[in-house]
Amino acid sequence: METQGPQLIPNDKKKIHLKSNAIQQFLAFGSLIILIIFFSIASPNFFQFNNIIGILLSTSVIGILALGATFIIITSGIDLSVGTVMTLCSVMTGVFITSMGLPIIVGVLGGILTGATAGAIAGIAIAKFRIPPFIATLAMMMIAKGLALVISGAAPIYFTSYEAFTEIAMGSIIPGIEIPNAILIFFGMAVIGGIILNKTIIGRFTFAIGSNEEATRLSGVNVNKWKIIIYSIAGIFTGIGGIVMAARLNSAQPALGQGYELEAIAAVVIGGTSLSGGKGTILGTVIGALIMSVLTNGLRILSVPQEWQTVVVGAVILFAVYTDVIRNKKAN
Amino acid sequence: MAEKLLKMEGISKAFPGVQALSNVLFDLNKGEVHALLGENGAGKSTLMKILTGIYQRDSGTIIYQGNEIEIADTKEAQQLGISIIHQELNLARDLTVAQNIFIGREPKSGFRLFLNEKELNLMTQELFDRLNIRLNPGELVEDLSVAKQQMVEIAKALSFESKILIMDEPTAALTDSEIDSLFTIIRNLRSDGVGIIYISHRMEELKRIADRATVMRDGTYIGTVNMREITIDQIISMMVGRQIYQNQRPEIKNRRIEKVLEVKSLNRGSTIKDVSFDLHQGEILGFAGLMGAGRTEVARAIFGADPLESGDIYIRGKKVRVKEPLDAVNNGIGYLSEDRKQFGLMLEMDIKANIAIASMNGFVQTGWLNKLNINKQASKMVDALKIKTPSIHQLVKNLSGGNQQKVVIGKWLTRDSDILIFDEPTRGIDIGAKDEIYKLLNELAAQGKSIIMISSELPEILRMSHRVIVMCEGRITGELINDEKISQELIMTLATKRIG
Ligand SMILES: Nc1ncnc2c1ncn2[C@@H]1O[C@H](COP(=O)(O)OP(=O)(O)OP(=O)(O)O)[C@@H](O)[C@H]1O
Ligand SMILES: [Mg+2]
Repeated sequence: METQGPQLIPNDKKKIHLKSNAIQQFLAFGSLIILIIFFSIASPNFFQFNNIIGILLSTSVIGILALGATFIIITSGIDLSVGTVMTLCSVMTGVFITSMGLPIIVGVLGGILTGATAGAIAGIAIAKFRIPPFIATLAMMMIAKGLALVISGAAPIYFTSYEAFTEIAMGSIIPGIEIPNAILIFFGMAVIGGIILNKTIIGRFTFAIGSNEEATRLSGVNVNKWKIIIYSIAGIFTGIGGIVMAARLNSAQPALGQGYELEAIAAVVIGGTSLSGGKGTILGTVIGALIMSVLTNGLRILSVPQEWQTVVVGAVILFAVYTDVIRNKKAN
Repeated sequence: MAEKLLKMEGISKAFPGVQALSNVLFDLNKGEVHALLGENGAGKSTLMKILTGIYQRDSGTIIYQGNEIEIADTKEAQQLGISIIHQELNLARDLTVAQNIFIGREPKSGFRLFLNEKELNLMTQELFDRLNIRLNPGELVEDLSVAKQQMVEIAKALSFESKILIMDEPTAALTDSEIDSLFTIIRNLRSDGVGIIYISHRMEELKRIADRATVMRDGTYIGTVNMREITIDQIISMMVGRQIYQNQRPEIKNRRIEKVLEVKSLNRGSTIKDVSFDLHQGEILGFAGLMGAGRTEVARAIFGADPLESGDIYIRGKKVRVKEPLDAVNNGIGYLSEDRKQFGLMLEMDIKANIAIASMNGFVQTGWLNKLNINKQASKMVDALKIKTPSIHQLVKNLSGGNQQKVVIGKWLTRDSDILIFDEPTRGIDIGAKDEIYKLLNELAAQGKSIIMISSELPEILRMSHRVIVMCEGRITGELINDEKISQELIMTLATKRIG
């Protein structure tokens, strides 16, 4: 059976193996289904249309932030600034629309641009000035937090006289079915994120940089440029998250936001994206974000005190990452 | 008269504490294979990194196709038609074969943004067909063996259709038949007029493939010779500038045959199948076989790096449980991995830290690290092993490949392990250093240490081992005393003896 003569194929053992991403996604998806079944049995109030919509609505902001964070984490970076940058974006939108009287669409674009700019600055600090992502985005987190407070005068900005703005999140563009736009925006962004990550050159370099930055650089790829682009894209997601947040609350709350970055990271990690980079999916992140909000919602319906909800979510993160570790070990 | 493709003149380059290159000369013709030779740390890789824009030279000129040029970065080198296969593997493990080969040059289908994966795989398949490489473009690189990964690197470099192709030890991880195919490819490129710079420590390859050779020593230019007009021995003495130690087949008589290590019926999936053997005191036990025969797996299992399914390990007659490397180290076993970068060294730390790491307890006094002793031990090892470095404070990542290997050896010598497992101890090591390592192994054995030496180079096995164990597909297919009856052919037959 052995072929002879020169041929460039070393004879090593064939490995039967499933795509590891697929397994993790299956695991995460399975857990989500099990959670849903469990809570549906435990409480008749869980599997109700309104409650499901509530869950999706509460997933939307964290979910959008987590989509952006997925890109960063696949490059083996981290972004601690998404929570407060999101707030800064809401505040800027508030200023554009209410104080400056700009049209809503301009205010929205301005908010998104704020996110992109913050992302680009973090990206430049990381790529050009070689500041580790943890530190660069920690600094960005504090800068954004401070700026949001300064610009808003530490007071909420209300959009009460701009009803159309609230519609962005709470209205429903599909006639007949009461699905708030925030949810549609989340899923829409997920689709866009998935396309960018899997079908475009940006996604390819996201994986390549996370997998082996040096090899990518030696292949003649301008790694710095692409890192800045990737952080900017994540910033755009953050900006959109900020708009949805403001529209949902009908106000920009300058003191809110800190802590969201960790929940976003948690969603990404539960969804099977590896913090060491090179591996991850958008679908995983969507499922991860859903697991977190199903869990919180279900526990609340079962009247588990809020403090304990947090403990459970923490345990779930440990468990999720542990299955990931086991899986990686098996694969090797 | 051959057409000049490249001329590098007066090239110098200093790193902090090291003059890596001084006033080096190198030239390359169209359609020739020009070997670049020298001991570990001679500066070969550094010179090539200057040519490919990774490092910037301190002085000197580069004339390429008649014009003086500056090469600012890798991209520029690629555009000029200069590509390189690096000494270290440089692949993105989470991407597929095709994605790695065309990274940065992906075919796009819209707005220069969307990828055309189908076209990508097609391009890769065409490339493979042309080069007679049998790999699946869609396979993930992390699922490939080291040899296949090396093939991907080679294919990637060839895909640039370069005028100059640099190969920095391309054959270090390849088996003989793979090397044959690589040489076929090289000969084809040569007749297409490509200039090839070929770096290798495998002297036996040179006569087969190289037209000319340039020899470097300690960062200086020694000379350029026509391969047809010179013997390998002459080249070696140019490289090392001294006579090198040659030893005969080891003495078999008068050895105590006290069993130090007994391994009984080891099993681990499809990689280790019913492996049993003994290791005697003061013995060098060679493990021969093709790549993937399971030799490394056996070594890792004995060292506790991978879990076993079944089997027992006895050390000096006492059964031991080796569940993790710590157990093995405590039982006096040291392991030099074949992949020193990944498993043997802390690249970002200095020489002294690497030498001390396995023996920290010995350097602690009342809770404090005795830095003085660490420094002393490190200096001792640097001298004893002739590690080429400005000081013991040098980061290991800045050492040349061969010197890194010596640091790993120094680590286990410091630990004073009784049983040493050397996995490909001379891979990527120059001929002078190779001999020093052979000498060292013999000395260690003479001192009563017991050594398992895994090697894919048969001459090395025959030269060093008292006994030879041959493996094939996870099984031991032969155990031989290294006497007059043994031969390379016999070992090869056993190494390809497939059972079931
Ligand atoms: N980035 C660096 N920083 C400091 N010193 C370096 C660096 N790169 C190489 N050197 C030093 O320069 C010298 C030449 O190293 P180089 O890697 O070019 O050797 P080489 O001839 O390729 O050896 P080998 O055969 O072992 O690969 C060595 O002394 C090495 O320690
Ligand atoms: Mg080198």
